[in-house]
Amino acid sequence: MADSTDLSALMRRARQGDDEAYRRLLGHVSLWLRAVVRRGLVAAGRGPADGEDVVQEALLAMHLKRDTWDETQPIEPWLRAIARYKLVDHLRRRGFHDHLDIDDHAGSLASMGEADVGTAIDSQRLLAALPERQRRIVEEISIEGRRAAEVATRLGMSEGAVRVALHRALKALAAAYRREKP
Amino acid sequence: MKTERLIEALVADRRPRSRPVRRELAGALALGGLLSLALFLAEIGPRGDLAPALATWRFDLKLVLVATALAGAFALCLALARPLAARRPARSLLPLAALAAAAIVVELATTPSTSWTTRLIGSNALVCLTAVPVLALAPLAAALMALRVSAAPASPVLAGAAAGLLAATAGATLYAFHCFDDSPLFVVAWYVLAAIPVVALGAIAGHRLLRW
Repeated sequence: MADSTDLSALMRRARQGDDEAYRRLLGHVSLWLRAVVRRGLVAAGRGPADGEDVVQEALLAMHLKRDTWDETQPIEPWLRAIARYKLVDHLRRRGFHDHLDIDDHAGSLASMGEADVGTAIDSQRLLAALPERQRRIVEEISIEGRRAAEVATRLGMSEGAVRVALHRALKALAAAYRREKP
Repeated sequence: MKTERLIEALVADRRPRSRPVRRELAGALALGGLLSLALFLAEIGPRGDLAPALATWRFDLKLVLVATALAGAFALCLALARPLAARRPARSLLPLAALAAAAIVVELATTPSTSWTTRLIGSNALVCLTAVPVLALAPLAAALMALRVSAAPASPVLAGAAAGLLAATAGATLYAFHCFDDSPLFVVAWYVLAAIPVVALGAIAGHRLLRW
């Protein structure tokens, strides 16, 4: 791809435990996703209002299913496939059944969307529905920016237990999105 | 919640790589196959003349057919387990189709046409139609669970159907050791018919269980 950022390399480094590479990858992908989702929603005749929810749902799916990417292949088609699946799924839940081909709208992964990071309405609501401890852990890590070890001390848990609870929370969040009705 | 904050949570969720779909599915097949093997031995068991049967080319060909089907269905399942739709997933079944066609041709060429109907109808058709789906149930449940954990199929319905086919071939492999009907005419006709309900069940279950 034309972009100087090699997303496949970032993911390979992330797999080896490089958090910074993973953060950069997700940042790039979220910008691209925002543009793709917006165009997809408009193509389906819907406003871009719930776009950020689709972006977050797709990011969650990419994260939870990241092991289905085959390292020997470029990562872009895999990213595009997940974006398409999540966009179509989102529209179906809202009663849109026509064929939607995001390839026409996806453009290159290099063509990034706006840099402002949007706010998803649904995720806030779905997060609030998580069990208290899981929600607290997600908030401490994502909003307060604390490390898992720090959160463990604050909540009187082991670091391993914090990580397990965080993983469960993210899976629960993804499942809540799937069940979600507008 | 802001997306940049979600990303922080995702970055913090570090865990070692999960086992690849291939390993999960192979493990599930082994586990489900063992359960079905126990059921097979308890309920119908292998045919009494297993040793002499192994010396006949028809019985051996039947085993090669079910083994080829098992391998093809396994590859199909893997091809359909990824977010990126496989370009031509049905190609995994080409060796099976070629082998089945060749087996039928050889059977028709080497036997008198008056015996074809008897060979096709066989003596065990109803048992076949019951035993193969029943022996497929445990492998189907195990395969669906494995895919639910490790796969992200572009089409949950197709992936579920492929899991159904894989389970049916596992059931057919066990059943092949019980069945006295070794003619390729019987095997191709009835084993395929017996697989259909399992494939349908897999598709329905996939629609519910394999969404991600």
